[in-house]
Amino acid sequence: MITMQHVRKTYKVSKRDAGFSSAFKALFHKEYEYIHALDDVSFTICDGEMVGYIGPNGAGKSSTIKILSGILTPEEGTCLINGLIPWKNRIEHVKNIGVVFGQRSQLWWDVPVMDSFELLKEIYKISTPSYNHNLEQLTDMLNLSELLKTPVRQLSLGQRMRCEIAASLLHDPKILFLDEPTIGLDAVSKLAVRDFILKLNKEKNTTVILTTHDMQDIEALTNRIILIGKGSILLDGTIDDIRKDYDSTEEALAAFYRSHNI
Amino acid sequence: MKLYGKYFMIHFKSTMEYKTSFLLSCIGQFLVSFNVFLGVYFMFQRFSKVEGFTYNEVLLCFGITLMEFSLAESFARGFDMFPNIVNKGEFDRIMVRPRNEILQVLGSRIEFSRIGRILQAVVMFVYGFTVSDVHWNVQKIAAVLFMLIGGTVVFGGIFLIYASICFFTLEGLEFMNIFTDGAREYGKYPVCIYGKRILQLSTFVIPYALIQYYPLLYLLDRGKSYYILLPLIACLFIIPCLLLWKLGVRHYKSCGS
Repeated sequence: MITMQHVRKTYKVSKRDAGFSSAFKALFHKEYEYIHALDDVSFTICDGEMVGYIGPNGAGKSSTIKILSGILTPEEGTCLINGLIPWKNRIEHVKNIGVVFGQRSQLWWDVPVMDSFELLKEIYKISTPSYNHNLEQLTDMLNLSELLKTPVRQLSLGQRMRCEIAASLLHDPKILFLDEPTIGLDAVSKLAVRDFILKLNKEKNTTVILTTHDMQDIEALTNRIILIGKGSILLDGTIDDIRKDYDSTEEALAAFYRSHNI
Repeated sequence: MKLYGKYFMIHFKSTMEYKTSFLLSCIGQFLVSFNVFLGVYFMFQRFSKVEGFTYNEVLLCFGITLMEFSLAESFARGFDMFPNIVNKGEFDRIMVRPRNEILQVLGSRIEFSRIGRILQAVVMFVYGFTVSDVHWNVQKIAAVLFMLIGGTVVFGGIFLIYASICFFTLEGLEFMNIFTDGAREYGKYPVCIYGKRILQLSTFVIPYALIQYYPLLYLLDRGKSYYILLPLIACLFIIPCLLLWKLGVRHYKSCGS
């Protein structure tokens, strides 16, 4: 169970015009602007639910994920995940979550995938029987058997993403955060990743929170979407709520963004 | 500790993937320090003594300081490279893993090529050791060991301060190099030759003198017997560094996705 109530997060951003003279001026006097990354955000997500968290670039998606995973501390508001406050009980909390950042790797670049997995086993203190069991299951579901002995730098993006997802699930987390997991993947790999997420949710009842710009991901995976723009939640409902009479979800979403001026 | 062992192995394997590069950087590290060694040598061609220290004694001093620094650099490299870790978002990853952050940063970088410099330091030390007329006994060997421990901790502490500042600036601060690389260079000679003020500063503020000058006096039979323990007292320096780090982690802002 995830509850977030009235969460607010502000960043201080320094501003200056382009050019040498203003860069020089900024040395002595900096102008700041406050950006409300999150402005009174509240939602509840139940166990085993699969939620698409969408919004344009810079809307506050990543900030939300970072707060939920204990990386950032918000200025105001409360957040409880299975009874824990992420930023206060960080170590306890992160044992139960898995995070995939689509644009950043968590595997060691120069060594075979297996070595990274072994290190994660140590980091999460996974017992050997459950590690072997999970690894076998994940290898099977994500078709990794060929890849485990290859150094990460020699994997294709799609292969690497499958390994990344497996790496985030070795410790059997209850909640999985996926930050743009299908970015840059080809059609086959995308389908493989989607199938896997569906299976995972069905078989292990893992709560999945997914951010993406790919509307097909959303259509294939989730019923519920939370749409955020300029730091506030604009819609919490199903995909049909925005779809209306447009031909494609893509167009519907673009129209929605335009109508809200975000 | 077991986790650190695992990190160690994975870095070792990574390094072994690029054997030639590893070998060349080792040789490079060795040669650069050798240069400095030559510098000291030529100095002493002109002057036979500096503030009462002979060439061999200075070599002993430099050997130990360089070893301390190189050890700290091999193991605390993660803090030295910390601006990179923050800017590339690696620290986000560290935060979502259920282990102590310091251990993970330490484990994220281990620099094996520093072995070249450590080797150079050992050569210098052994040379200074054989030609100087220090009478070795168990206490003195213990003193050297304490110096290595204390020195590694103090330099590690300075790297930690450097890293903590990055939380506030998101950038490395070059001026901090005065305290790391600078200290290594100044460490060629016993601290007292730089004058009384510097000696006081490096006794009470940043305890360089406790890991270098005083125990050296002990080795040379010129100091009091309690000097042997000063390097261990210098380890207390790590406490304020850790506090600053804790403050920094709380202040952590992350950066764009």
